[in-house]
Amino acid sequence: MSAAAESVRPQAGAEERFEYLLRLADTSLIAGQRLAELLGHGPALEEDLALGNIALDLIGQARLLLALAGRIEARGRDEDALAFHRDAPEFRNLALAEQPNGDFAETIVRQCLLDAWQLETYESLTGSSERELADIAHKAVKECRYHWRFSSGWLVRLGDGTEESHARVRAALAKLWRFTDELLSADELDACMAVSGVGPAPALIRERWETRVCAALAEAKLERPAHQYYPWHGKRGVHTEHLGHLLAEMQFLPRAYPGASW
Amino acid sequence: MNEDWVLYEVFIRSRSGLEHKHVGSLHAADARMAIEHARDTYTRRQEGVSIWVVRSSDIVASDPDEAEALFEPARDKVYRHPTFYSIPEEVKNI
Repeated sequence: MSAAAESVRPQAGAEERFEYLLRLADTSLIAGQRLAELLGHGPALEEDLALGNIALDLIGQARLLLALAGRIEARGRDEDALAFHRDAPEFRNLALAEQPNGDFAETIVRQCLLDAWQLETYESLTGSSERELADIAHKAVKECRYHWRFSSGWLVRLGDGTEESHARVRAALAKLWRFTDELLSADELDACMAVSGVGPAPALIRERWETRVCAALAEAKLERPAHQYYPWHGKRGVHTEHLGHLLAEMQFLPRAYPGASW
Repeated sequence: MNEDWVLYEVFIRSRSGLEHKHVGSLHAADARMAIEHARDTYTRRQEGVSIWVVRSSDIVASDPDEAEALFEPARDKVYRHPTFYSIPEEVKNI
């Protein structure tokens, strides 16, 4: 982009940028924590390692993003303060990320829908006007590409597998589809980020997400469920009942023993 | 473990220019899954730049009962070892 074009772009304020970074960071953090719950419970040793690796990637992304958010906020909160000392209504993750693991089909469908969103979002964020965010996106997009390969591979295996696996993955899709509305519906903050060049154009993410997910569904012999309007928005702090329980477990130690270290 | 999953042997190339080395085995439903499992199991600490997987059942192994016939005759032929050459310090990986 030329310097002239950049100068006429409206600048997003620190408060908006902080809020937007929390959406990205919390989505990675909560999804990572969910997957970490599966450690030792994977359907096979190899899958256990795969899920754990993905959880670590996501938590790594969250650390970088929260640290950046803390610097932009400039109120002395570091990544740990933001991760462990906020309550559920202050979290800005997509509600899809906090949904329970359920059976393996449910875990895979949740990851698949989320991985596609993260992959397209970070791909786009590599060109963010927020320089440090672009750097984080460069690292994250490689991880997301693998996450998508993993989850979409399993979606196809389960969908195009046995009668039982097909039924389970179809049920999971029907259950979780309503949360995709939030992934693709842009609010004022998303629009503001797009205009200032910090975030991606919402229409672009929607189009690419749809293409990617529909192709995987077709290969998995699954029908795309009908659109469902979803009134609660995790990215605005309105969460399902599951987030509180997740946070209670995740935040217990640093709250019970402030300043604890290894 | 699902009975449909078969055993694969995993070979990792640690750096470009080096050979693939056997690192272990794992279970997977097919070759694609075997590559993913190998990546997640054996390259988590930057051990590799390339992965080979092969079904364990496709490997032809020598018969342990024939070990004497196969390997004993080499024992007294020390002149086959390239120990009479001096290798320059700078040459690695020999």
